Amino acid sequence: MIGVGKIKQYSNVLERPLSKGKQEVSLSAFAFLFSELVQYNQTQVDNIAELERRLEDAGYAVGARVLELFCHREKGNRRETRLLGILSFVHSTIWKVLFGKVADSLEKGTEHEDEYMISEKELLVNRFISIPKDMGAFNCGAFVAGIVRGVLDNAGFPAVVTAHFVPVEGQQRPRTTILIKFAEEVLAREARLG
Amino acid sequence: MAAIYSLYIINKSGGLIFYKDYGSAGRMDTNDSLRVASLWHSMHAISQQLSPIAGCSGVELLEADTFDLHCFQSLTGTKFFVVCEPGTQHMESLLKYIYELYTDFVLKNPFYEMEMPIRCELFDINLAQAVQKERVALLGR
Repeated sequence: MIGVGKIKQYSNVLERPLSKGKQEVSLSAFAFLFSELVQYNQTQVDNIAELERRLEDAGYAVGARVLELFCHREKGNRRETRLLGILSFVHSTIWKVLFGKVADSLEKGTEHEDEYMISEKELLVNRFISIPKDMGAFNCGAFVAGIVRGVLDNAGFPAVVTAHFVPVEGQQRPRTTILIKFAEEVLAREARLG
Repeated sequence: MAAIYSLYIINKSGGLIFYKDYGSAGRMDTNDSLRVASLWHSMHAISQQLSPIAGCSGVELLEADTFDLHCFQSLTGTKFFVVCEPGTQHMESLLKYIYELYTDFVLKNPFYEMEMPIRCELFDINLAQAVQKERVALLGR
């Protein structure tokens, strides 16, 4: 056999190098877990706005941790300090690690200066979820919106982030848009930095 | 001509949780479809008892003069069955595929309550596509 004896044997588990390992988890396992998360939160609330808020809070905790981890792992302990930098970090790096692909699009809002949109044709968390008619415009993407808010907030870009369904012409299913509305101080700082 | 007449899904206690009608032949009202579903549930259970073979899992195919009925029972006792034109092929694989769609778009949906009627948009969309594909395959024969 080739390579026999060449692999260094580590007697202590702590001395073994940290491998990146297999980075993917089963989609089914995730879908069931997420489904339970939604169902549990549904039993704790009495209106849809509250449910949305709870999902967002759950995502916020993920976002805060993900930012820490990926600034360390991907960017050598450096963090984006500019608005467009952090947005593309979310759109590319974070999305790729969490969902295995770059987000479909990142756009600037046309009506307001402080709004940005990340759009997904089919958001991973919504892959198996059909919203009942009586729940109106509720979107489980609130969880992802929470993740984005967690990342931005902890990077020093406080923002209000919401998830919306946007109908697409010629498509049966609407796409999901994550709307990011930055706080005033963020834009003021950006303007100062030039 | 439509080869598949209708599709039923019944839960483990014999309640109809999904019914879809394709093609004009043998159209039924809601009460009749409920009756057929619970009748089939009981017959299926009786057939298991009557079978001379030990460990029989029930009727899989019922052939009549005017229709074939293919049945698939999942491990949890949910039954899927299609009523189709006599001699229609590949119904077992279609049923397995529908079971797959059920596990994906119904069971992973947090807004679906177990054993209750299925009202999931994504399941409907994917099911329509699957049946459509089946039809195209049949036309291509």
